[in-house]
Amino acid sequence: MPQPSPTTMVPIVLTINGVRHELSLAPWVTLLDLLRERLGLTGTKKGCDQGQCGACTVLIDGRRVNACLVLAVARDGADITTVEGLATGDELHPLQAAFIEHDAFQCGYCTPGQICSGVGLMQEGHAHTREEIREQMSGNICRCGAYTNIADAIEDVIARQSASREAAE
Amino acid sequence: MNRFDYIRPDTIADAVAALAAFPGAKALAGGTNLVDLMKYDVATPARVVDINRLPLKAVEDTADGGLRVGALVTNSDLAWHPQIAKRYPLLASAILAGASGQLRNAATTGGNLLQRTRCYYFYDTSTPCNKRVPGSGCSAIGGVNRIHAILGASDSCIAVHPSDMCVALAALDAEVEVEGPQGRRIIPFAQFHRLPDHNPELDNTLEPGDLVTAIILPATDFGRHHTYLKIRDRLSYAFALVSVAAAIAIEDGIIGDIRVALGGVAHKPWRDRNAEQRLRGEPPSEATFLRFAEDVLRESEGCGQNDFKIELARRTIVRALMQATRGTPQDQSDKVVR
Ligand SMILES: Cc1cc2nc3c(=O)[nH]c(=O)nc-3n(C[C@H](O)[C@H](O)[C@H](O)COP(=O)(O)OP(=O)(O)OC[C@H]3O[C@@H](n4cnc5c(N)ncnc54)[C@H](O)[C@@H]3O)c2cc1C
Ligand code: SF4
Ligand code: FES
Ligand code: FES
Repeated sequence: MPQPSPTTMVPIVLTINGVRHELSLAPWVTLLDLLRERLGLTGTKKGCDQGQCGACTVLIDGRRVNACLVLAVARDGADITTVEGLATGDELHPLQAAFIEHDAFQCGYCTPGQICSGVGLMQEGHAHTREEIREQMSGNICRCGAYTNIADAIEDVIARQSASREAAE
Repeated sequence: MNRFDYIRPDTIADAVAALAAFPGAKALAGGTNLVDLMKYDVATPARVVDINRLPLKAVEDTADGGLRVGALVTNSDLAWHPQIAKRYPLLASAILAGASGQLRNAATTGGNLLQRTRCYYFYDTSTPCNKRVPGSGCSAIGGVNRIHAILGASDSCIAVHPSDMCVALAALDAEVEVEGPQGRRIIPFAQFHRLPDHNPELDNTLEPGDLVTAIILPATDFGRHHTYLKIRDRLSYAFALVSVAAAIAIEDGIIGDIRVALGGVAHKPWRDRNAEQRLRGEPPSEATFLRFAEDVLRESEGCGQNDFKIELARRTIVRALMQATRGTPQDQSDKVVR
């Protein structure tokens, strides 16, 4: 039976860190390779390229996802936030600040993925205890073993957010 | 990754036609398994049919009081859905025991059902594997087989089905709704996945061109007595060595309806309805459950490195049934096995 001929280019639109990009892409390009190789957004890291480490975690329409297992064309129209898009001007995202405050990294390779994953976790709103934070962050491996401080940073920001929410009520 | 024809249909009919047109065509849902396998050239589809635009994202009540879960509902959305948490907590628990937060955000109900084995040789294109290349041989038999099957294996393949979600679906007697070139049909869960036999390249009973459109959960009330207990090499983000989904109805101190499905032990979620039947009318106790575990595992067979799984399965079944009896399902966060 004859096989179909490969698609060459697919036109798509992605909003990345608030900037609209009209792109023409081969369908086998992953979101991770698009970000790093074509758009120069190298904050998002490639660790395993297999979904096993979480270094490539980004937010797609607000939800954390492993960019290495996403074909970019399949997310046509999506709104993507990478670690480069978390700060507001010179003001760090509260979780970025907490990572510095709690010394939540050593070599820093896993850090962009950890932070994007932590931001996604906080938006999901299902982690209330330290055990829940640890469990729901298990998709991010840290070769340097900074887990204790990473959990501290996330716990801290969650506690501060719920305190300010209570104060507002 | 191989080069492929990429299409993005808007309707189910167009997707089925696109899949049926070429035998090597593959549906793309969350991509967390297919893209991984394509990177290793384990999957080399000539055509990828991106199904993400299809209207398969709803969780709806069925006429007879059950729930219909669209194939594109993500694992996260399903696990945290209020109706699932309330009526099918066993399913929510099993989903949350699997993969990671970010993988569950991308992974879909249909894709989870159709994910392929994690046998090392299946992933390694330089070794023989009957599932990947029919007739080439099985490297796991006599090879590294610590994670492999202890029930229902064949001379051709000893791989296991890796899903957690599917173990709960087997216990719940779910059904799979399929749309194919010949129209719609419903497949009972027990008949969806298959044993390897002499054609392990077939994981399930789908035909070329079939699209999974939904999972249907029956109306049955599973009450307080349930648990999903997963035993693995690390506390999280690892596939099951053995897992048990258990649901028991206990009336006046006697076991009524009981369902026990095992994960990580066979080519499909494993249930032994005859053994379950023999347990009805007995009082729930550790001794009764031990007899049941031995009954379920009577034909279990190790292949060397995985021999330990037989004893592990025996203990996990007993522990899960005790948890279910006490109404203290396994917590997927603190991990303490009570
Ligand atoms: C590091 C890692 C750890 C993991 N750990 C676990 C774990 O502990 N427990 C667990 O259960 N799972 C685990 N998973 C597997 C994960 O659950 C699956 O990859 C996921 O559920 C697949 O869903 P998907 O939508 O991404 O499927 P895809 O990758 O899009 O598709 C998978 C297969 O299903 C087919 N398909 C998808 N949807 C349909 C449809 N509607 N109709 C017909 N065919 C379809 C595709 O063609 C493909 O063959 C893990 C995965 C990774 C990468
Ligand atoms: S167990 Fe199955 S999947 Fe693994 S090498 Fe043997 S045939 Fe292949
Ligand atoms: S690079 Fe994506 S999970 Fe490791
Ligand atoms: S800080 Fe080095 S890998 Fe996490």
